[in-house]
Amino acid sequence: MHGVPLDLFLKQISGFLGTYYLLLALMNAVAAYLLWQGSSRQRELFRVPGADFPVTTAFIWLVVSLFFLLISPLAYSGDPQWMRLISLPLAVRAGINWLMDPTIYTVGTLLLLAFLFVFRRFFVKPWVAWSGLNLAMLLMGMSMTDPNFAAIVTKADNVPIVGLIFLLAFFTWLATYKAVLNDDRIKQGLEPLEKLDNEKVLVWPDLVYTELICMVAITALLLFWAIALQAPLEEPASSVKTPNPSKAPWYFLGLQEMLVYYDPWMAGVVLPSMIIAGLMAIPYIDFNKTGNGYYTIDQRKFAYVMFQIGFLVLWVTLIVMGTFLRGPNWNFFGPYEIWDAHKVEALNNVDLSEYFWVWFMQSSRPRAPEDASDLAKIGYAVRRELPGILLVIGYFTMLPPALIVMSKYFQTMFIKMGFVRYMVLTNLLLMMMLLPIKMLARWSPFHLKYFISMPEYMLNF
Amino acid sequence: MPSLGEIIRESQIWKSIFRHPAPVDRRNRIVVMLTNFFLHLHPVSIKKQGIALSFTWCMGGVTFFLFLVETVTGVLLMFYYRPTLEWAYNDILALRDVTSLGILRELHRWGAHAMVITVWLHMYRVFLTGSYKPPREFNWVVGVILLLLTLLLSFTGYLLPWDQLAIWAITVGSNMARATPFLGYEGPGNQLLTIDGIDMITNASDARFGLLGARFVGEETLNRFYVLHCVAIPLAASLLLAIHFWRVRKDGGISGPL
Ligand code: HEM
Repeated sequence: MHGVPLDLFLKQISGFLGTYYLLLALMNAVAAYLLWQGSSRQRELFRVPGADFPVTTAFIWLVVSLFFLLISPLAYSGDPQWMRLISLPLAVRAGINWLMDPTIYTVGTLLLLAFLFVFRRFFVKPWVAWSGLNLAMLLMGMSMTDPNFAAIVTKADNVPIVGLIFLLAFFTWLATYKAVLNDDRIKQGLEPLEKLDNEKVLVWPDLVYTELICMVAITALLLFWAIALQAPLEEPASSVKTPNPSKAPWYFLGLQEMLVYYDPWMAGVVLPSMIIAGLMAIPYIDFNKTGNGYYTIDQRKFAYVMFQIGFLVLWVTLIVMGTFLRGPNWNFFGPYEIWDAHKVEALNNVDLSEYFWVWFMQSSRPRAPEDASDLAKIGYAVRRELPGILLVIGYFTMLPPALIVMSKYFQTMFIKMGFVRYMVLTNLLLMMMLLPIKMLARWSPFHLKYFISMPEYMLNF
Repeated sequence: MPSLGEIIRESQIWKSIFRHPAPVDRRNRIVVMLTNFFLHLHPVSIKKQGIALSFTWCMGGVTFFLFLVETVTGVLLMFYYRPTLEWAYNDILALRDVTSLGILRELHRWGAHAMVITVWLHMYRVFLTGSYKPPREFNWVVGVILLLLTLLLSFTGYLLPWDQLAIWAITVGSNMARATPFLGYEGPGNQLLTIDGIDMITNASDARFGLLGARFVGEETLNRFYVLHCVAIPLAASLLLAIHFWRVRKDGGISGPL
């Protein structure tokens, strides 16, 4: 939608946005109705003093519904004056663009998820989660009037990722909700909720009908999606015209993002293989027998947190960043920023060996004489990179035993798991943690590039 | 007067197919699960929580259904689409502009995206309920391979429209293979694979070449990805799906608290 004048763009988006707000109004109205019907579930929040009027949760959602109903015509109007009222103020957008960079984005999402996790008992409450959903939807709607934001979010191949974010949020909420209930029950010595539904039912009709309904629903959804959104088809392939940015399919963008920190042999080959191998290893290294077949967090906190770091924090956030926030030349762009191919970012990253030899030892990096034999050249390279090599080897071999010595938790783990399983587990986790470590080292004032840098052997780490 | 339904259900043809009365009473609801080929994947009865939507999210089932949708729409698309440089792009263009059932392409593409999402959600659910724990360890491993195959199916299909989006996404993706340790032309350690001073790993013999069938994404690649996408990977996935479902039953059905 670049190159379209703003008022024309607003006209184009107005139909979609108006309907969007109508649907939100409907959604809240339904919620209010359901709460009002099952009046045991609606809570009285307070009474309006003077007038004997109970303000209940149902009433609140009705007000929210009316609010969306009111702004829907503003969106339908397509009039810049009206639409400005339902847009994020320009100053806010500029502020967000200015604030956003890979560091703030990544650390910010990590902190947000950690915050949600720590206070999960509060956030899983249906009314809190529902408010969160409404706020997210409103923020999204108010961003859609920004042409740059709309251009990336509505790109046909990006739509699934918007869906993925909301689906993940919903299912994470659902799972956490059930886990919190179960954890409370377990604390009181009760069995998990899943156990209560232990009676057997016939597969025909109970399961077969559910499956049938699921199939019909998915078919309907897919048909709707296919009619509403045309599959992308760009110009015919040309091996001389390189698009900028060139992006891998969205589900691999986490790997492409890793290319910023790792060389291709790591980001494209070793790490994906480690991810697959690591996933396969999970059942064999998780020795915790509890938490099998029901939702719980407290009974398997370590496994839970590690998995979420890998999945939500590293895999999903990097995909979202790669899709929405990486533009031409793989530069970082704020969500409301124009994708300018001429944006320059200073890249002056420094290798560890340079820090060691030049800054710390006050000499120059060892270099092999021109006429040295191949073997001698390798020797020189190893000597030059020795600090990094030792650091990496130490990281993988010394930290696991150090953890045992320093922490009771890892000590028990080691005793229960045995040497091999313990080393596999810790090395997989250390490998995973190396990515955030490399990110931090890169963002730090040192702008560290490689721990080990042997470009002559294409071995950079 | 017997109703039309009764006449049909009493006919020799109907009885030859189903062999038992309609599943309206308890006995026949059990019999139907045992005698029907498609239904015998399921047990006859099941714990209530095992079929609770809030427990399984039905994500494995939805993934499988999407796999079937992809198979059907994919076969239909194969009737139109020719994987050659001359025709590939034009056939897709025709699907969009001319062919009456061109929406099959949309169904196939969005179905593929949806399948990647649902397979992740399924894995997520299996993890969060701890359902990979004994005795289901091996089925988790089978699942991980299925996850990989799902991604590869999607990746190989991405090239087939042969537009700018397609070849550059595949170029970016497959460039990484160039850096495979030892086996990639630009990977660490490839210098070690030298015989009598002759490099064994060149840009015409490395891992990326094996994947693309050429030094760059070209006609050979299109053919290779087409065969992988339409034949090899679906066959492998079908086999693993059969094992996956078989193991769900053999491992004691959907997991639940003991
Ligand atoms: C093409 C991909 C896949 C399909 C079609 C599929 C299908 C299914 C279905 C239909 C079930 C029955 C229960 C349910 O619906 O949740 C199931 C269970 C299971 N799946 Fe998958 N699956 C796939 C991929 C995976 C992946 C990626 C994993 C894990 C990494 C996995 C691990 C499991 C396990 C451990 C069970 C047993 C769960 C339990 O008993 O609670 N599957 N799968």
